[in-house]
Amino acid sequence: MLVSARVRHAEPVMGTVVSFDVPAAARADGSLEAAVRWLHWVDEVFSPYRADSDVSRLADGSVAVADCAPEVAEVIAACAAAAERSGGYFTDSPGGRFNPSGYVKGWAVERAAALVSRAGSASHLVNGGGDVQCVGGRPRSGSAGPAEPWRVGVADPLRPGGLALVVAVADGAVATSGVAERGAHIVNPHTGQPAAGLASITVAGPSLALADAYATAAFAMGPRLARDWAGSLDGYAAYAIEPDGQTWHTPAFARYIAAD
Amino acid sequence: MRRAVLAIVVSVAGLVILLSFRTHSSVPAARIQAAAKVPPLLAGEHALFGSVVDTVYGPVRVQVVLRSATIVGVNILLRPEETGMDVQIGQYAFPKLIGETLAAQSARIDTVSGATYTSGGYIRSLQSALDTRS
Repeated sequence: MLVSARVRHAEPVMGTVVSFDVPAAARADGSLEAAVRWLHWVDEVFSPYRADSDVSRLADGSVAVADCAPEVAEVIAACAAAAERSGGYFTDSPGGRFNPSGYVKGWAVERAAALVSRAGSASHLVNGGGDVQCVGGRPRSGSAGPAEPWRVGVADPLRPGGLALVVAVADGAVATSGVAERGAHIVNPHTGQPAAGLASITVAGPSLALADAYATAAFAMGPRLARDWAGSLDGYAAYAIEPDGQTWHTPAFARYIAAD
Repeated sequence: MRRAVLAIVVSVAGLVILLSFRTHSSVPAARIQAAAKVPPLLAGEHALFGSVVDTVYGPVRVQVVLRSATIVGVNILLRPEETGMDVQIGQYAFPKLIGETLAAQSARIDTVSGATYTSGGYIRSLQSALDTRS
């Protein structure tokens, strides 16, 4: 029995590329297009680089939260929860100016995946600039058996182009923060200095919005704090690579490491 | 099989920092034609063409050569070639990207976490070529 047809789509949006692996039905039923439209809408509302976005106008003080799209209040509340959960290492105001981008990308990609689910897809994957939401496992090729996990390679921050490990996840999210992405761009909010001490940290768990926020917070913490903190997270697991190539992971991450 | 091929697109992303893209007007057709000198296909091979992608150094377009489902080559149809930096990219970055693309096929993965594709004329053109497969 043949596996049903798949569609790959790569959409440049939010300063990155969001890539979809969806059933062909998601193109036919319009849900892929709806998910892409959603991402562009998020960019319009949340981009700190657009002077007329809600986020920019809120940061400028020219509008109140009540004047913004309702999703802005939702994101602010979620950022506050992540900040509290991380002892302030996650912040929606890096450098002192309101900019929730550290939450928005993962949140937007997770919701894009949910839009495709809602239309009926039981098996798809959305990757926003390296932050991945997996749904339902990937259809098994060549047979009608149960889906197998999606295999998500984790980029090796010390060997550009190489993979550090492969994560197997059927339903769930994988987010990585590190210097390999765009250079040292995560700041420790408590010191104002670029975060140091980890080459990258990958967080896996049910929600990409949270996995992304937790990865950012853990990276900002540095290795010593991050290890204990990540180990305390309910439902989320972490795998870290240090600058000398040493790695560690929280006990809960073991089940995500692909055997082969 | 297809997922391994597609995953290559993201696994080489770490190498393309040099090629951060910007959006500007489209490329004159004459330049595309002038650059499109590539080796002929051998028997059993077929080619996929990527979109023209603008980078800060100029437009990039790639062609992927496959033998059944395996990438056997990537040709750069269009490359930046007007400044010293462009020459450096052509002599250093592209060969490395192509090497990584071919090497990454063994990874058997669906996608990659932690590699941004913010900046890849090569990546985007390669992705668009692979996306033309049905």
